Amino acid sequence: MSGATPSQTVGPFFSFGLRWLESTQLVGTDHPERVVIQGSVLDGAGTGVPDALVETFQADSAGEFGPVPERDWYGFGRILTNDEGQFAFTTVKPGPLTGSDGTMGAPHLSVSVFARGLLQRVITRIYFPDEELANQLDPVLKTIAPERRSTLVARAADGGLWFDIHLQGEDETVFFNC
Amino acid sequence: MTSRSGEAGGPAILTPDPAYDVPAYRSSGKRAPIQPLHQLPLGATERHGPTFGHLSLTSVDADLTRQHTGEPIGERIIVSGRVLDGAGRPLRQSLVEIWQANAAGRYDHPVDQHPAPLDPNFSGAGRCLTEDDGSYQFTTIKPGAYPWGNHPNAWRPAHIHFSVFGRAFTDRLVTQMYFPGDPLFAYDPIFGSVRDESARARMVSSFDLELSRPEWALGYRFDIVVSGPLATPDVP
Repeated sequence: MSGATPSQTVGPFFSFGLRWLESTQLVGTDHPERVVIQGSVLDGAGTGVPDALVETFQADSAGEFGPVPERDWYGFGRILTNDEGQFAFTTVKPGPLTGSDGTMGAPHLSVSVFARGLLQRVITRIYFPDEELANQLDPVLKTIAPERRSTLVARAADGGLWFDIHLQGEDETVFFNC
Repeated sequence: MTSRSGEAGGPAILTPDPAYDVPAYRSSGKRAPIQPLHQLPLGATERHGPTFGHLSLTSVDADLTRQHTGEPIGERIIVSGRVLDGAGRPLRQSLVEIWQANAAGRYDHPVDQHPAPLDPNFSGAGRCLTEDDGSYQFTTIKPGAYPWGNHPNAWRPAHIHFSVFGRAFTDRLVTQMYFPGDPLFAYDPIFGSVRDESARARMVSSFDLELSRPEWALGYRFDIVVSGPLATPDVP
């Protein structure tokens, strides 16, 4: 097997290279199940990270992964944080997902964050607050210490959902290795 | 990430990736996660990934010297290679995005204000989809080295940023391609954040006379290997 190419930081100047594919509306504005998810990317001092790139990937509400061109479904979000380190995008809650051991996992989005200062992306998940039972049974959430589990669950706010990503600090978000 | 476990008790595969917290790279100080990472089992979301075959890209997207009315200043180069998985299989119709400084080492970005000229004929961003054999090719200008504020007299070796997606969410990779023999390698904490020498070498392109076009451009070859944990991908 050939050796993998190592990761390097996205640096501070990626916007002119990556903004062309910015994707903040994963579903149409008329989709009945659309939900706005917003939040901040924060550093260890609690300061917003204005030069972060957030990417999301997910199944649709039927649990189906893209691409489904006939209904314009690709399941990919790319959001560049604003000057305050905030991001926002519109999507749908995915359907239930099968875990590696065949168990059904709670609906979630997979998230990558890239930024100056991150030599490789961090990987996290966004779970949904109205899925309390499914979250309790989720094979990944179950393995996480209860006091940190909440960092992976969005909270209801402003008619949508709010999900902060703390790169570091007391409330550091749970990050994954995969 | 220093190691990752294979699926279902398979062998651990050493990854070449840098640690998050690299004190010599100052920006990592308040941004590097401190808590241990949780190993993510390979669920449905990890076995799939975004695809971009539907995008309409043109040859100008992959030729950074033809995106304006005039010719950019600098040394014209061709950068080509293949995007492969860990087993050496080509990744087809896979999106490759690049961005870089101009020949003077200046980025077309409002935050880069160091005293070097912008080039009105060079933006420094390109993209393409790989061919059936996993190959990609860009025509561009060799980027200059540039100073940065990490430490006194700090200079980044010339590099081109690369973004690739691979086959699944687990494969996603952003890296930097360097040029052979750069004297700045020894002083650069970002290049040096990759501890393994052979892994560092995989970020360095090689000069390729075959790829060079007479009277036109020098060729540099750069293969990218994404090596997510999917031993037998179930996604085409």
